[in-house]
Amino acid sequence: MFVFFLNKLFLPVALFRRTSQPAVAVTTRRTAKDLRLGETGTICCLEDPEMALKLLEMGCIPGVKVRLSGRAPLGDPLMLVLGDQEYTLSVRASEAATIMLKE
Amino acid sequence: MSKPADVADGQQAASTTVRPLRIALIGNPNSGKTSLFNQLTGLNQKVGNFPGVTVDRKTGVAQLTATQRAEIIDLPGTYSLYPKSLDEKVITDLLYDKGADNYPDFVVVTVDANNLRRSLLLFTQLGDLGLPAVLALNMMDVAERHGVNIDLPELERELGVPIIPMNARKGIGVAALKIVMAQRLDTPPVRFWEPDEQMLPLVRQIRYYFNLHNDYLALHYAQQFRQIGFLSADEKTHIQELTQKYAFDATAQQAAETIGRYARINEILLETVTVTRTEQHEPVSNRIDKVLTHRVGGYLIFLSILFLLFQAIFAWAQYPMDWIDQGISGLSAVIQENFHGPLIRLLTEGVLAGLGGVLIFIPQIALLFGFLAVLEETGYMARVTFLMDKLMRPFGLSGKSVVPLISGLACAVPAIMGARTIESWKDRMITIFVTPLMSCSARIPVYTVLVALVVPDEAAWGIFNLRGVALMSLYLLGLFSALGSAWVLKKVLKARERSYFIMEFPVYQWPRWKNVGLTIYQKVQAFVLQAGKVIVAISVLLWVLASYGPGQRQEAAVSQLIMRQNIGFNSPGGVAEFYKQHPDYKANLDRQVASARLENSYAGVFGHLIEPAIRPLGYDWKIGIALLTSFAAREVFVGTISTIYSVGQDADMGTLQQKLSAERDANGQPFFTPARAFSLLVFYVFAMQCMSTLAVTYRETKSIRWPLAQLIYMTGLAYAAAFMVYQALT
Repeated sequence: MFVFFLNKLFLPVALFRRTSQPAVAVTTRRTAKDLRLGETGTICCLEDPEMALKLLEMGCIPGVKVRLSGRAPLGDPLMLVLGDQEYTLSVRASEAATIMLKE
Repeated sequence: MSKPADVADGQQAASTTVRPLRIALIGNPNSGKTSLFNQLTGLNQKVGNFPGVTVDRKTGVAQLTATQRAEIIDLPGTYSLYPKSLDEKVITDLLYDKGADNYPDFVVVTVDANNLRRSLLLFTQLGDLGLPAVLALNMMDVAERHGVNIDLPELERELGVPIIPMNARKGIGVAALKIVMAQRLDTPPVRFWEPDEQMLPLVRQIRYYFNLHNDYLALHYAQQFRQIGFLSADEKTHIQELTQKYAFDATAQQAAETIGRYARINEILLETVTVTRTEQHEPVSNRIDKVLTHRVGGYLIFLSILFLLFQAIFAWAQYPMDWIDQGISGLSAVIQENFHGPLIRLLTEGVLAGLGGVLIFIPQIALLFGFLAVLEETGYMARVTFLMDKLMRPFGLSGKSVVPLISGLACAVPAIMGARTIESWKDRMITIFVTPLMSCSARIPVYTVLVALVVPDEAAWGIFNLRGVALMSLYLLGLFSALGSAWVLKKVLKARERSYFIMEFPVYQWPRWKNVGLTIYQKVQAFVLQAGKVIVAISVLLWVLASYGPGQRQEAAVSQLIMRQNIGFNSPGGVAEFYKQHPDYKANLDRQVASARLENSYAGVFGHLIEPAIRPLGYDWKIGIALLTSFAAREVFVGTISTIYSVGQDADMGTLQQKLSAERDANGQPFFTPARAFSLLVFYVFAMQCMSTLAVTYRETKSIRWPLAQLIYMTGLAYAAAFMVYQALT
């Protein structure tokens, strides 16, 4: 009952977002945040310049493979495994959203 | 000026130089740097401060050869030479100023053989700064297990520095490293990355202005001049004007450099590293993570670990604490039986009592820091951060605040310093502000004594001990007040920059017991030497204050008392004979005399002075004295109370517990009622009563406003809460 109510509330919001910003919807690429559990993607570029500096130092380099290996129990932060060398980074979902993936 | 070139001119000269070689140890976090430092220096370590900032500066002496020693500086772990936190700033401050007194002769770079690509980023930066370097290629055993084959001679050629393969945990390769360290090292010939052509006009101007030895260092000046401690305001302005003139984009430049370096590193690794992974099985760490960060199991495990921690601090530590307690009171009794005089009283009631108050802490501090060290060593602490981040964020804290908050259970001073790893200014300030609300180990004696006084030692619901439940509640009260205060601060403070949470998960490993042991040793030593001095001094001061009074006040009070007692008293054989016949009467009189003396001592006068202010909380002047002396350190409360109640009383009165139970109010009822005890307990949960914490907050925030706000806020909270508890319970 309650969930049903929430759906009604959010549906118009979601529609509004999509219709009001079509440009974003078209060019939206997947980010590390959108990976499914266990899925691997390849880093294409880093969106946020300031965050990029930190991510680069930690090994999030364009061309490197990234795998979502886990989520914290509350859904955030995420556990990302980088490259072949298998080391694990912990990043917040908001930070993972700046890591763009190749299609 | 002590330039490295002047110092060690060939190996022969090096062994006879006035000052030993100065070597800095640098590397990524989790690259085994601390293990290597402990292997090189053993117990020859000392912890000091870097000038200007308060990151621990760990230095040690390593015996390289029979005749040659070297001073080793352990630098905080970092991923690059572009500092993101205050911790890392220490590194650049040390490496940018070639003329500085403690500029290292060379650096030992620890590199994780499993993460060569990322570890080499820092190495190539150091190489381009022109620092002579040795590469300690650590965790070779793990790399071999993972099928990573490294062509060492080729890598040495590519990097231009000696490489020592090692396993610092087990001490493999340390001897070889020492031999290389004892040699004179040259500036590495290889350049990995050069600033872009377009940068050169700016870079060269800075380079010639400051007379720097290479372009790359000049580029760092352009990047970080605002944070470089040794530059004057004029010099900073000059660089700023230059960067504006050439439209220098620091962020873009730094990103280009990092990408450029990775490109070069990839080339090198292609030549030198082959990975032959026989089977593609999931690393053990990931499988452990599945359990330890499970959505339900993860929290349960964390809670049970916390429970074990409390169990250790409160139950296991009790045995050694009892031994220390009994040992000290036994010693005190033996001395008092055999010797007499004011000096002996000073020794037993002042010095020994204070010493006991210090020593009794050691089991708990050792256990707590041992536990924390094991959690850190195994890599579990990073997972705690991961688990807790989302939970902490609503309160304006980050997952990284969890470690300072948990360390706050031991002592707020190192905990507040531990908050340095939090990059975001706002998160860090909030963490620093609320950490002292966590119940530190100095409150343990206060809690234990008062809880034992009013809470019966009985089981509740079969398994829990009532006293344990009371203690746990006090800790939870501290925790929730810290979180609540953080939430308030989050609303009040404005953020200066965004908060990061990018962190590497260390691979799970067995703790290195040597490191754990060293941590315990250092913490206990620091406590005994630093806090201990204050406690013993306060204890002695208190004894003096409680034994002597202004002018003839004590004597007047005593003779008045005796006169009153002896009115109409006329016994054959005089007073002495009467006392002999009526020992009870004599004992009673003695107690009254002692009480009168104390009430008219300096301490008593002091306590009376503040009594009106604390009466609404249920406290009398004796507690008033203890509250004031607690400001030096909370644990002094127990020392004060025991001094106050032991002065003038029979020496064989026994432990403090009995003394407090025997205390009676004006109506002959027990003084420490549950209302009084709980009011005091709540007061100690909240009150800011620690000079050291205020001092460290001042140093860490560089502002008098933060410690002042802490003092006023926490003490106000304590007063209000204690008032409410006392009024509600009476």
